This record gives sequence, C-alpha cells and structure tokens, in this order.
Amino acid sequence: MRRPLGGRLRLSSTWLGAAPFVVYTGAFLLLPTVLVAVGAFSGAHGPTLSNLAQLSQPYIVSAFVNSLVLSAVSASVGAVVGAVLAYAVATGSPDGIMRRLVTALCGVLSQFGGVTLAFAFIATIGTEGFIVIWLRQHGIDFYPNGVWLFSLTGLTLIYTYFQIPLMVIVFMPALDGIRPQWREATETLGGATWHYWRHVAGPLLLPAFLGAWLLLFANAFSAYATAAALLDIGGVIVPLQISRALSSEVGLDQANLAAALALGMVVVVALITVGYSWLQRRSARWLPR
Amino acid sequence: MNRRRRRRLAAFKTAVYVVLGLFFLLPIAAMVEFATRGVGISSPRTLSAFTSIGSDPELVDAIMASLELALITSVGMLALLLPTMIWVRLRLPRMVRPVELACLTPLTIPAIVLVVGFAPIYRWIEINVSDSILTLAFAYLILVLPYCYRALDAGLSAVDIRTLSEAARSLGAGWDTVMWRIVVPNMSSAVSNACLLCAAVVLGEFTVANLLNFENLQVAISILGTGNASISIALSVLSLVFVFVFLLVLSFLARSLSRRRGAARA
Repeated sequence: MRRPLGGRLRLSSTWLGAAPFVVYTGAFLLLPTVLVAVGAFSGAHGPTLSNLAQLSQPYIVSAFVNSLVLSAVSASVGAVVGAVLAYAVATGSPDGIMRRLVTALCGVLSQFGGVTLAFAFIATIGTEGFIVIWLRQHGIDFYPNGVWLFSLTGLTLIYTYFQIPLMVIVFMPALDGIRPQWREATETLGGATWHYWRHVAGPLLLPAFLGAWLLLFANAFSAYATAAALLDIGGVIVPLQISRALSSEVGLDQANLAAALALGMVVVVALITVGYSWLQRRSARWLPR
Repeated sequence: MNRRRRRRLAAFKTAVYVVLGLFFLLPIAAMVEFATRGVGISSPRTLSAFTSIGSDPELVDAIMASLELALITSVGMLALLLPTMIWVRLRLPRMVRPVELACLTPLTIPAIVLVVGFAPIYRWIEINVSDSILTLAFAYLILVLPYCYRALDAGLSAVDIRTLSEAARSLGAGWDTVMWRIVVPNMSSAVSNACLLCAAVVLGEFTVANLLNFENLQVAISILGTGNASISIALSVLSLVFVFVFLLVLSFLARSLSRRRGAARA
C-alpha cells in the first residue's frame, strides 16, 4: 500500500478528493436510510414501538406473507427455467450467435419491468389481449374460472418474465466453470449422465444455484412498479402497503408506518444478502479465477 | 461426447429455445399488435396510437422530463463517480472497499425503501430548492450507483492505473493530467457503458417518481393506461425499443473495444 507522500497537508488534500462522493452519499443514501430507521420508531409523541406493533396486524402480516410467497414462487420458477435456458446456452459454442443473442436479450429483458411489462401482459392475456381474442375466435375461453391476470397469480407469472433472464445472467458464469474433465472422469469411473448430475455437477453447482435463487428472491421482494401498474387497489404485497401508507393523507402516523414497513423489508433483504454472499464465497471456490 | 448424447442435447436445446422464445417474444408482439389495432374488430391496422403520443401535452412533458433526467443523471454520475473511483484507486486504496460498499448498497436497500426516506428530504427540497421534476436527479444518481459502479469498475480494472500514473507522474504530470488525459481515455467504453446504463435505468424508473408525486415517463404511461390503453402500450413499445437500441449500442461498443485492444496486442 502506498503511503501518501509528504506531510499532513498532502494527506488532507488527498482525502478531500473523496469528499464530494462522501458528502453526496451521506446526504442521499445514508440520510434516507437513517430517516427510515428513525421513522420506524417515531410516533406523534416521541419514540415508540407502536409502528412495529402495527406490523402484527392481520392485513400487514398477510401482505408480508404474500410478498414472501410471490418472491419464493417467482424465484423458484425463474431459477429452474433460467438454469435450463442457461444450460442450453452454455453447452453451445462460446462465440456462437445463439449465445450472443440470448445473452443480449436477457440483458434487455431482465431490465424490462415495471409498468411496460404489466401492459405487455395486459396486451397478451388481458381481457382483450391478443391470445384471449385469438383463442375466443377458436371457441376456447382463456379464463373459464374468471380473470386471474390482475391478481397475485398473474403477478407471479409476470415476475417470471424478468426473473428468468436475470437467472441466466447470474447463473451462466457457474455453468461456464464446469470443466469437461469432470464429465470425462465420471465416465471413466463408469458413471452415467444421472450419476454425473447427482454426484458431481449437481453438488458443485448447488451453491451458485441457491445464491442466484436468493438474488431472484430479493429482486421480486423489492419490486414495486409492476404490481402498482397491475393491481390498482389495496395492498396485497408489502411494497404496495408502503405506497398506500405514503400516499395516505392521514398524516404522520402513516408515514411512520411506511418507515416501519420499509425497515421490515430491509431486515428481510439483509438476511437474504448475507445468505447470498456466504453462498457466493462457497461457490467461488470451484470457479476458475 | 458420443453421437446419441449429442443428438439428445441438440433436441433439448431446440425445445428450450422454441418454448422460451415464444414465451418471451409473445408479449412484445402482443404489445405491437395491441398498439396498432383499429377501432373495430376487422378495421385495418393503424399507427394512430403512436402518432397521438405527440398531441398530448402532459405526455410530451413527461417524456421530455425523463429524457432530461437521463441526461442530467448521466452527467452527474460521471462528474461524481468517475473522479472518485479513479482518485480512490490511485491515492486512497483503503477507501476502495467502502466506496464499493456504498455503491452496492442500493441493491440491499431497494428503491421502495429509499423512497420512504426520500419523502421528507424532498419535502425540504421542494420548499428550499425547487419543485421541478428535475430534482429527481438527486435520487436517481443514488439508484444508478450499483450499475454504473460495476461498469466503471470493469473499465478501471482493465487499465493498469498504477503503472500509467506512476509513469505519467515521473514525467512531471499533475494528478489532473493523469486522471483526465491518461486514465479516462483508456476506459472510454466503460464510461459510455455507464452512461447508457444510467439512461436505461432512469427511463425505466417508476417507483421513486410515483411515490414522490412526480410525473415522469413511466408514471405517465401508468396514468394513461387506466384510461387509454392503446397509447400507453404504444408508448411502452417505443420506450422498450429505445432501451433495446441503447443496450445494443452498448454491446457493440464493448465488442469494438475488445477487438481494438486485441488488435493492439497482436
């Protein structure tokens, strides 16, 4: 590590170079976070735990449960399907057109979320959507049991749309780290395809797979825009509850409830992130540097 | 790999590509189909949804605001992040990890959480600074930090800053010369990557704008959608195409840089 040359004067001017960044992130990153933490414990008459106590109300508990279920399901579907797609791409030629096309498309689609995605699905399987009309012309009713697009079910389906490409992007390096020697070694020892996956590639890929799953989970858990565009009333998931609390005109109480909800989300996502970095470190052992 | 396994793998890959290709391209095709529908069931395709975008002043305002925000955020991000990252790598190695941590924090503390903390700050800004939608740039700069940090970091790691800066300094260059005339030109592709990512994120941002009651592009699309779905969807198609073209340009820039570097090495 290079020591700064010269005396104290040089040292402080060096630190000054980082000052703008520190000041800015202090004001717009640290301060909001502190405000959330403080707000969660603030009440009309000073510090209080009543906001946290409100989190135990049934409609909020169900919002958390819905968020967790939505995130878990969309992450699982996204992880499995994404892993399959990533495998299909990784086993192809590394410079081939399919790989570049799919990678580029995944890059775009993983960012394609929010409002535009909700409308894309409304245009596809909404009540006057392309598929619905086409099926209707052939005598098939797409929604025999009622329209499910504008519910948690529909939201889960829509979430998989950006979860799968995200999985491909995140998991591909792990698949690229599979060495052909492992397969050859398995065959030399008399193993079949099933043995290879069950005893060699599977366990080696598992940490990376679980880490990617956690990333997808956190991604779905924090998502707001798509739900806001699709489900217009109520607060079935936590982000929508936060939005309801923030836009309510009731006053200070609701703002602090929003802070408590936000704090709850941070706790969940923090646990996820800790698990993710632990799994990252484990899986990095097997990947070539 | 024997022939039977290769054939099974090929069949598997084809099936995967076809099924997933349909799943991903269908909604986009459906969007285009919806946006070009005529008034009746069998009336001809029309582009009226696209052309009427320009006739709604509120919409045009929202589009302009988003574009301006994308520009301001990109410039602001470059002004803040780029010098800091280079400076920290050259002069303050101990700060590399904290800066990285700060830049990746918005991933752990997502927009929906940050916006709760932004609300009081923006109430203050509204009174004391400005109530223009462009003040969103302050928040957006934080939101783009993770993406831009990664892009700039990739570019910085590819350049041997230590050697270059020591060589320049030994020839008498000041630190500003080192930063602007030596390091930055060597990471031009990373800089443009970061800018394009920045723009893509800002154009697609909804959460913060909506919950702070500003009307940017995505909020406008959402508001419109409740009344007139066609225009919303037409706008969605356009914004999607826009971002796609952006990211396509990005990938070409990245390829051309690596090709140039490869040629230089050869």
